[in-house]
Amino acid sequence: MDDYWQRKKNLEKEGRKLYDQQIFRDWCKGCGICVSFCPRQVYQMDEFNKPVVVNADDCIGCRFCVFHCPDFAITIIRRFSDRRKKADHK
Amino acid sequence: MEEKMMAESARLRHEYLRHDKKFPHVWCPGCGIGIVLGSLIRAIDSLGLDKDELVLASGIGCSGRLPVYVDFNTIHTTHGRALTFATGIKLANPSLTVMTVMGDGDATAIGGNHFIHAARRNLNLTAIIINNQIYGMTGGQYSPTTPYGSNSATSVYGHIEHAFSIAELAVTAGASYVARGTVYHVPALDKLIARGIEKEGFSVIEIMSNCHTQYGRRNKMPDPVTMMKWFRDQAVSVSRAAKMEAAELEGKFTIGILADRDKPSYTSEYQHIREQALHQEKKK
Repeated sequence: MDDYWQRKKNLEKEGRKLYDQQIFRDWCKGCGICVSFCPRQVYQMDEFNKPVVVNADDCIGCRFCVFHCPDFAITIIRRFSDRRKKADHK
Repeated sequence: MEEKMMAESARLRHEYLRHDKKFPHVWCPGCGIGIVLGSLIRAIDSLGLDKDELVLASGIGCSGRLPVYVDFNTIHTTHGRALTFATGIKLANPSLTVMTVMGDGDATAIGGNHFIHAARRNLNLTAIIINNQIYGMTGGQYSPTTPYGSNSATSVYGHIEHAFSIAELAVTAGASYVARGTVYHVPALDKLIARGIEKEGFSVIEIMSNCHTQYGRRNKMPDPVTMMKWFRDQAVSVSRAAKMEAAELEGKFTIGILADRDKPSYTSEYQHIREQALHQEKKK
């Protein structure tokens, strides 16, 4: 877990915006659109033929997967390290 | 504050989808109708319309299931007659925003006459036509928009009829606003739908959608990804198509706004006539 926070800190220092991907697996039907069209290969199919997040840090927040998910199963949100301190962010 | 912390897509899901309906929805994995549903919700949200002032009518077919999932005033009507029911609703209460969702067979085969005459009358309606080039729900029979030479359950040696172009038919029939989008170009589709709802007069938005289950599997495009890549490669924007030769456009289709013209709509004209008649009645 320390590794996670350290990596995020380093990436934010580089001026990168970070995003979190949430996949609602109950609604996902595993059509594969998000896996195939993601410009940064953030998703990968798992053994149940549903996407899992493998490269969360590479996400550029284009939200192609959100727009093209027919099942409303993907949500992309900004990742904030100091979320609790600044609750009024956008 | 709570709202700001929630992602935009999550907010739309909570606000516009019916909570008592069973999700995931009935459509096949990767079906374009789900993408159209999301696009429609975003378009309506961007216009800031009240959910109770909206009516969404649909016919029969896969696309007919769409209004079931959204929390507007919805009506699921008989095959091909979505526009006739919508006409009745609009004339009974002109203050409502009335939309219809139809499939390609629903709009141009079974309800073909209703479609061209609604366009000719220029009723203040929005018709969203999801064109998946086949009758998907009934088992893959060819529809009026199945391309020439492609295979379907009823044309196993290749289709010998030529396809309709729904958007161009609507332009000729006299609709105020005609646009075509695909399920690949979603941000553009949001804007096309939003503009169509805003527009006074009959607006038609034809959406090229994928039916990989019935159409794609018989035509070497067995999954949604291949079909969406096909849409990406075949779609040409209106401005680019104007510069291209006719031979280059063979087998391709144009996307964007095909017609946007101001004509007096049936609804406003009818209101005008009604006021005139009332005025004359008072004079007597």
